[in-house]
Amino acid sequence: MIPSTFEYIAPTSITEVADLLSKHGEDAKILAGGHSLIPLMKLRLAQPKILIDLKNVNGMNSITEGSDTLVIGGMSTYYQLQSSELIKNKVSMLSDAAADVADPQVRNLGTIGGSLSHADPAADLPAVVIALNATIVVDSSIEERFINAEDFFVDLLTTQLRANEILREIRIPSLINRGGSAYLKFANKASHYAVVGVAVRIGINDAGICEDASVGVTGAGTHAVRAVETERMLLGNKINEDVIDSAAQESVASVDEFLSDVHASGEYREQLLKVFAKRAIQLAVSRVS
Amino acid sequence: MANMISVTVNGKLHTSDVEPRLLLVHYIRDVLNLTGTHVGCDTTSCGACTVILDGVAVKSCNVLAVQVDGSSITTIEGLAKDGELHPLQEGFWEEHGLQCGYCTPGMIMSAYDLLQKNPDPSEADIRYGLSGNICRCTGYHNIVKAVKYAADKL
Repeated sequence: MIPSTFEYIAPTSITEVADLLSKHGEDAKILAGGHSLIPLMKLRLAQPKILIDLKNVNGMNSITEGSDTLVIGGMSTYYQLQSSELIKNKVSMLSDAAADVADPQVRNLGTIGGSLSHADPAADLPAVVIALNATIVVDSSIEERFINAEDFFVDLLTTQLRANEILREIRIPSLINRGGSAYLKFANKASHYAVVGVAVRIGINDAGICEDASVGVTGAGTHAVRAVETERMLLGNKINEDVIDSAAQESVASVDEFLSDVHASGEYREQLLKVFAKRAIQLAVSRVS
Repeated sequence: MANMISVTVNGKLHTSDVEPRLLLVHYIRDVLNLTGTHVGCDTTSCGACTVILDGVAVKSCNVLAVQVDGSSITTIEGLAKDGELHPLQEGFWEEHGLQCGYCTPGMIMSAYDLLQKNPDPSEADIRYGLSGNICRCTGYHNIVKAVKYAADKL
């Protein structure tokens, strides 16, 4: 399968990228790791006239620690996330989830920024960044915007990114790893995409009361969401099996419409979500130190 | 609309004019005539087209040739040195790690990446490291043994 013709440009700065995006509008597409876009181009479901490769833009694949945040460049690959000591120590759920994406070759090139901007409903990382209370930083060179991860995803393959903006980095509060966390998915056997995936982060005090809970869901609906009702049922309560079970049942309330496709019916996804929410909460609770 | 690229493949520098839509696997096979890299599924699933790009395994059916300007690539043809098989190639021979052989170059290049990152892999590590490669002859058992053979030898 051969893509249709296009012009390829690899600028060295965000300003140049943004200028090209402004100039070419819908005709332009950004290339990161290419593991969603190039397959779509080969199928000619995407036919950009201008392909703007971010590979030469400086600093976009760095992972650094600020005073209270981890800053992950949008071009960081899944393999970087999986192997970075900083990520493993500070946000283990992100390295665990990255290590469970697709396969080694895909993880060597696929990027977090590409995955989040593409907003595939079955991608893993959208649920994880929601549960990590991440901020997505987008840049048009004349304006930068800080968007809460849960607000970033708006519909099927649709985010808040405007036509002239680049997803520059992801910021994660660096103390977020306190407590326990877990990402679990029911994976498609062939692609390893999440039919349903649930990311949970939970903090429990010495009295056994949940003081902090954050739950992201992917795969179930058109886009990743925060399971607000599940969080509400955990917060302030003494954590036991009954509370976990009720909270997991409520996870379905956050999904407006369950996807139904060849991999699973909407009804089945709803059932999977309840089961995986429960298992992910249980696993996160078991990891609270 | 051709773009000029310079890329080092198996230690030799190649400078070529390529159309931006040319896939890396077709550049390797049709322009450089290195046909040891295979096209299997052409959908980034099977791993038959795996090569080492700047030190890591990638599926060359999902990379554009223009993206590798300035990069270094190793294909299956680049593993043997002075007529001596690479320990991975020797392992596939000794342990009968293939039947039809179609997936073998990709399996070996993925295993090469795995052994760079983890010189002493367990059986589970090998299976995880090869999870991006599909063998249609159901020969995984001997493939795992072949990689173990190479790890022990290296």
